[in-house]
Amino acid sequence: MSRLRIQLPGLDLKNPIMPASGCFGFGREYSQFYKLDQLGAIMVKATTNEPRFGNPTPRVAETTSGMLNAIGLQNPGLDHVMNHELPWLETFDVPIIANVAGSTIEDYVAVAKRISTAPNVHALELNISCPNVKEGGLAFGTVPETAYEVTKAVKEVARVPVYVKLSPNVTDIVQMAKVVEKAGADGLTMINTLLGMRIDLKTGKPILANGAGGLSGPAIKPVSIRMIHQVSQQVAIPIIGMGGVQSAEDVVEYFLAGASAVAVGTANFVDPMTCPTIIDALPAMLDEMGVGHISELTGRSWKTEWNLQSSSH
Amino acid sequence: MKQYKTELVAQKKIAAFIFEVVVYHEKIDERFQPGQFVHVKVTSGSDPLLRRPISICHVDPEKHLLTMIYRAEGKGTRMLSEMVPGVEVDLLGPLGNGFPIESPKRGDTALLVGGGIGVPPLYYLSRELTKRGVYVKHVNGFQTGSAVFYEEEFKAFGPVTVTTVDGSYGEAGFVTAQLDDSADYLFACGPSPMLRALESYPAKKGVYLSLEQRMGCGIGACLACVCHVQGDETGLDYRKVCSDGPVFQAGEVVL
Repeated sequence: MSRLRIQLPGLDLKNPIMPASGCFGFGREYSQFYKLDQLGAIMVKATTNEPRFGNPTPRVAETTSGMLNAIGLQNPGLDHVMNHELPWLETFDVPIIANVAGSTIEDYVAVAKRISTAPNVHALELNISCPNVKEGGLAFGTVPETAYEVTKAVKEVARVPVYVKLSPNVTDIVQMAKVVEKAGADGLTMINTLLGMRIDLKTGKPILANGAGGLSGPAIKPVSIRMIHQVSQQVAIPIIGMGGVQSAEDVVEYFLAGASAVAVGTANFVDPMTCPTIIDALPAMLDEMGVGHISELTGRSWKTEWNLQSSSH
Repeated sequence: MKQYKTELVAQKKIAAFIFEVVVYHEKIDERFQPGQFVHVKVTSGSDPLLRRPISICHVDPEKHLLTMIYRAEGKGTRMLSEMVPGVEVDLLGPLGNGFPIESPKRGDTALLVGGGIGVPPLYYLSRELTKRGVYVKHVNGFQTGSAVFYEEEFKAFGPVTVTTVDGSYGEAGFVTAQLDDSADYLFACGPSPMLRALESYPAKKGVYLSLEQRMGCGIGACLACVCHVQGDETGLDYRKVCSDGPVFQAGEVVL
């Protein structure tokens, strides 16, 4: 598997495939389908200082090749995650990326400080882009000044590298990426969901109780590919790409755009075996492309010197 | 909980918009219990993207056959209704916790109340309870006469009262007007207003209600289908309909 091994800040990944936060819980459900050790890493459910119930139901609505969700960061809170979920995940040989959320900068700092002390947490993913919470969430991820402040504050207390999850719901994604890089981010994860809505034809009202929600799934992949293509040329920190990844082909496209690893979100709901299936399929994809190591693909859509036929591998 | 590539062996329309589909897989056996559901992938493409939760109507553990009855009203279920014998049907299941079939004892009386597409799981339940010597009575409610199905099939196990909201078949009105108070157990599946009306049914030994909710993953990971717990003052306690339910004892969750 060495041709899939990837080194990123804080992360020694057996392979560059990991489930995305919010689409995998804390892994318990999916551990009934396969051994979690196979995964490159696990991005666990967003954790806030206090437990959160989240939004009223209905919380999901289907769209063309995608889904809307408005879960609202429901989670059992930092204490429970530290005492029960992370220790349980220690039974697997897989690094954890802890997704940190909050309503204030102090919240983010408190969660980051403590959760980064867990032995299996190798990196943080700063969730400043959740579209489904009233305070915090998206507000942090769409205003450059606050994105800078919260990133900087978390960097000061975190014991592990910090990846910032960018929102696509901004006018200038490159500006946001540069701002958080300047604030000290060790990497980026992109993209979070796109703000969307569906209306029920029978009631004439939005289907989601929350009104709007976050759009995910294959429908958003082109948006994410475009943003990673733009951002990866303008920052020096690595990007973990996500949005509609369902297959090894999708993973390769993300790498070509500029990603160094890839997360699988909604596809886990469609087929719980998506991650191991992709991991198994990747070596053959690399053979087909004449590529020795997967990292050679990163950014090749904009690296002019790239020529698949003359690859040295 | 497993993923199975089953084979569709029969499919037919049994009422307006209502289809009965039978699938085969050697691993379909007695682990599939009444009240549980399966999560069905209706296309290999990505539209519609999500699986469809469909209740288990009947299982033949010897022949490894699973029968599902569903209403073809959206894109996904319409696609399912167009699938023909011989094709592969991707199932996750059995999912969730079903009705407590071990609780009623020989000689107990169980009242089974179904509403619309909540009727099918009660068929398998009725069959299993009857096998155990439980006396079963059924009240099945539908919107209109053309939507009525399985009346004869239920009669094989015990008395059946059919109601229609528009009065075009059976008794006119809702199921709640047709209940007597003598049952030891009440088991129900149907729309939330019906379940709320049945929550205070004076069963001597237990009332169990099967809930419907929009689902994402169907296995407990995504937290799309949560509901509050009754009497929880913190507002933080919850149950997942997909993995803690869909069957709950009356009084456990807020309907």
